[in-house]
Amino acid sequence: MASVLDAGSGIIRKREDIMIETPLIEVHDLVKYFPLGGSLLKKPHSWVKAVNGVSFKVEKGETFGVVGESGCGKTTLGRLILGLISPSSGRIEFDGKDFSTLNNTEMRSVRRRMQIIFQDPYSSLDPRMKVFSIITEPMRSIKDLSRNSRRELAADLLKRVGLRPEDLDKYPHEFSGGQRQRIGIARSICMRPELIVADEPVSSLDVSIQAQVINLMAKLREDYNLSYIFISHDLRVVNYLCNKIAVMYLGAIVELAPKHCFTTIARHPYTRALLESVPQPNPHQRGKLSPMEGDVSSPINLPSGCTFHTRCHYATDKCRKIAPPLLQVEPGHYVACWLNQGRGFEDY
Amino acid sequence: MKRFFGNLNFTLGFILSLFIVMMALTSLVWTPYDANSMDALHRLARPSLTHPLGTDQYGRDILSRVMVGAVNSIIVGLVTVGIGISLGVFLGLISAYFGKFVDEAIMRLSDLLFGFPAVLSAILITSILGPSIINAMLAIGIFYIPVFARLTRAVAMTIWEREFIEAARACGVNEIYITWRHVLPNILSPLLVQATIQFAVAILAEAALSYLGLGTQPPFASWGRMLNEAQTFMTLAPWMAVFPGVAIALAVLGFNLLGDGLRDTFDPKMVRKR
Repeated sequence: MASVLDAGSGIIRKREDIMIETPLIEVHDLVKYFPLGGSLLKKPHSWVKAVNGVSFKVEKGETFGVVGESGCGKTTLGRLILGLISPSSGRIEFDGKDFSTLNNTEMRSVRRRMQIIFQDPYSSLDPRMKVFSIITEPMRSIKDLSRNSRRELAADLLKRVGLRPEDLDKYPHEFSGGQRQRIGIARSICMRPELIVADEPVSSLDVSIQAQVINLMAKLREDYNLSYIFISHDLRVVNYLCNKIAVMYLGAIVELAPKHCFTTIARHPYTRALLESVPQPNPHQRGKLSPMEGDVSSPINLPSGCTFHTRCHYATDKCRKIAPPLLQVEPGHYVACWLNQGRGFEDY
Repeated sequence: MKRFFGNLNFTLGFILSLFIVMMALTSLVWTPYDANSMDALHRLARPSLTHPLGTDQYGRDILSRVMVGAVNSIIVGLVTVGIGISLGVFLGLISAYFGKFVDEAIMRLSDLLFGFPAVLSAILITSILGPSIINAMLAIGIFYIPVFARLTRAVAMTIWEREFIEAARACGVNEIYITWRHVLPNILSPLLVQATIQFAVAILAEAALSYLGLGTQPPFASWGRMLNEAQTFMTLAPWMAVFPGVAIALAVLGFNLLGDGLRDTFDPKMVRKR
């Protein structure tokens, strides 16, 4: 176990040597509450706590995976990072620039360095626009670019994502789901962004198409030196693509680990439950399933203490009363669980 | 194109509307007689070879007047729907975009306008401003503003929720551009359907107002005006009432069918069935 860890932190250290000091994106104690039941004159009677105090950083060239069940705030987190919605509190810094200090024009120019790939390749492409207009939309703000050079760029983009330049003048409905997702990817890399937030980019695709799209994303990462924030509920996909993985539960990160630590020595009971629920193709390697009981608690009335205690087999009185902080247990590996604070893995 | 003409409603509506439009266009360059020239010798003449649709009490040729009346009706349709669309779409987009107070204000104002029966409010407006075709068009046009405002608001709100809007925002384009390039094109088809149907309603409304003497004033030809003048001579010269009446019926039916046909073909579910 120890050797695995050392190897892991070694890689991280090497990365840090090459990297410039400022991380690409840094998030501090990010909170987003959505009001419920409010109207013109009435104050909202409650709040959906979609993201509840999330902090992490993503270095340049890194692929940061965010996993969790549906409704755990993954998508909200992605939107917050892109500045598409504004946080209730907390701070987001992109390349050292604090979002809250930027005016509209500066915000737009920062946004151009980040892009998004959506989950649904059907509703994320305007049905009334041709592929050419869709994928060159990020170039709109640049005036001094002739139509011909735009077309050349667009044709090149299509080739890069595995479509043909002839497809430029087609409408989105003429493509399959996987092809549409490629169009979405072409749009996202149009301005050579540094960061792409991929919000479940493959979960609506067939498994065979999933692999193609994932490989395409990996290839583009090399071509453009991209960083990804890869949001997914599919552990296998995240594990394949990401360097660092954060597990979210009810709006908060419960475990954050480098990839190699992740599958072998995940420490949070929730992470372990997620890992156990990944289908295992080899029947001899299948362990005993101890599925989680119950449903995710409501993000409107968060449970006291550790939000996972309602479903955790190991929950103690302390868990029910006091929320555990996210603490480092090994270099680069953070866990928010009382069972793990200062204790070894063997205690399980 | 094939998709449209595969629809019976659309095809019928298209032929009828085309007929009315061609009639109006022809009258601009040629009519059998001057629509306003009186001929005392041939008053109330039956339909014949010289006067295919007969003449009225002043000996004016009914065919010529029906043709000129078509121009009148089409202008009324265009102007009223134009007023309704330009202001209605503008208000509807504002309502959908800003929501909250702005939305409430615009929509309650629309409700207020909607609360009055259309013809009644048109009569009110024309009797205040004085009977004339301009005032009649204004009255109908004002009534159309909430019709288009509501439709635009409802459809635009669903478009703003779509992911491609978020994608556009992530591309760094501004909200006006998004409205222009993403929202408007996507609400165009329901607007077109509504415009066609309201076009038919406008023709009917103008005829009603002119019939009451509140719209087109003599001596100008209007289908409603002709019906009004014909009523005194109903038994003597029924053709005076029948032909303008048929013209109104055909125009209204034509544009209505056209609108229905357009709606059928734009409906994505219908498209999938084909």
